[in-house]
Amino acid sequence: MYALDWSSVPTAWPLLLRGARITLEITVVAVGAGMVWGTALAVMRLSPMRPVAWLAALYVNAFRAVPLVMVLLWFRLLVPAFLERLFALPRAADVRLASSLTAFALFEAAYYAEIIRAGIHGVSPGQRKAALALGLTSMQAMRLVILPQAFRNMLPLLLTQAIILFQDTSLVYVASLADFFGMADIVGRRDGRQVELLLFAGGCYFAVCFAASALVRRQRGARVVT
Amino acid sequence: MGYVWRWSVFLEPVPSGGGTYLGWLLAGLRATALVSLLAWAGALVLGVIFGVLRTVPSRPLRLLGAAYVEAFRNVPLLVQLFVWFYVVPELLPAQMGRWVKGLPPETQQLVASSVCLAIFTGARVCEQVRAGIQSLSGGQGKAALALGLTVPQAYRHVLLPVALRIILPPLTSELLNLVKNSAVASTIGLLELAAQGRQLVDYTAQPYESFIAVTALYVAVNLALLGVGRWLEGRARLPGGFQAGR
Repeated sequence: MYALDWSSVPTAWPLLLRGARITLEITVVAVGAGMVWGTALAVMRLSPMRPVAWLAALYVNAFRAVPLVMVLLWFRLLVPAFLERLFALPRAADVRLASSLTAFALFEAAYYAEIIRAGIHGVSPGQRKAALALGLTSMQAMRLVILPQAFRNMLPLLLTQAIILFQDTSLVYVASLADFFGMADIVGRRDGRQVELLLFAGGCYFAVCFAASALVRRQRGARVVT
Repeated sequence: MGYVWRWSVFLEPVPSGGGTYLGWLLAGLRATALVSLLAWAGALVLGVIFGVLRTVPSRPLRLLGAAYVEAFRNVPLLVQLFVWFYVVPELLPAQMGRWVKGLPPETQQLVASSVCLAIFTGARVCEQVRAGIQSLSGGQGKAALALGLTVPQAYRHVLLPVALRIILPPLTSELLNLVKNSAVASTIGLLELAAQGRQLVDYTAQPYESFIAVTALYVAVNLALLGVGRWLEGRARLPGGFQAGR
């Protein structure tokens, strides 16, 4: 039987914290940028201008059809080439974080767009008609009347998506960027204590995500059905 | 930038001999399909069992179902996969652990990926099954019991046949998610589609062609499964436009 030895965990703290910062950084940037760009995409999909709606639909469906792992690999390839062209940055410059951030922001926007689109559809059409009748332009109606209601209705789903995103940040592993999980893995291999470090990392993710989803459920005001 | 496109690269022989790079891609596709199929079978079984448990009258059983879902939804898939692959064999009784570690690496990778994805996806299927059963009007279950059916019979003959039809569309998207999630198996060395793509980049130095081909294959699999899903929904539809909440 394997003898568990947790002594590597405390000594790994500085590295784990550094990894956790990267995890949080990606989560926050991707949630922020993803929501803004996702909202824009959702509004574009409902645009009366056909090509705009069509392009937004293409964007959303394309990103949703491809595994996040592939998206991360794509941006690991594209971002350095792009930066090199634009700013004459040497190709060897460390752009792992930049490319992961870009990948997550653009990828998550596709998922947020779908949630927000559903939210917009959920607002009764009378609201829009009333807003237009009051003399608001179509854009104003969207911005001042429909979107605020859509966001409020969709808040639980938006937060749940943020929790999923928080978990998915661990996939930056494939872009050889060490986030919280990556650091745990590195320390585990270094000390030959992979079992303990992986279990510890899993426990941390569970604690954070379980608490966060419990909060979301309470916010929704739904009875917790067990 | 001067990137030289060379699509013919797929027809070139691989250095190890015996096949072309296209063969690698197709082998990757086969591995992705195999893992996805194994995991999907497991996920459906687990999802239905635990989904039913979440709706039965007995409170301990409902809690058991909830514990399953919470445990596997709140830990990242990558962490779960590493635990199945690196941790579980260590924690098994010594003899079994040795036996597992003695298996060929490909088998270990395939088993760990399939088990991990089955249990992970099962938790999501479970939630769909629960939602499907709960969307049926309460009268259906009560009527079944009033007719003298036992609780298992009521589930087997009344609740599940309708609930599973209702949740076919979300199940299709869970299957699509599963196929996409199987790309995570590349991290433990399983040579599925994404891993073959990376290997192709290393060997051919033609990253764009490789990634475009892999991405296109994922999209094609997605579209094909979506088509099958739609067809199945059409076949399984109950007459009379029976839908959730009626």
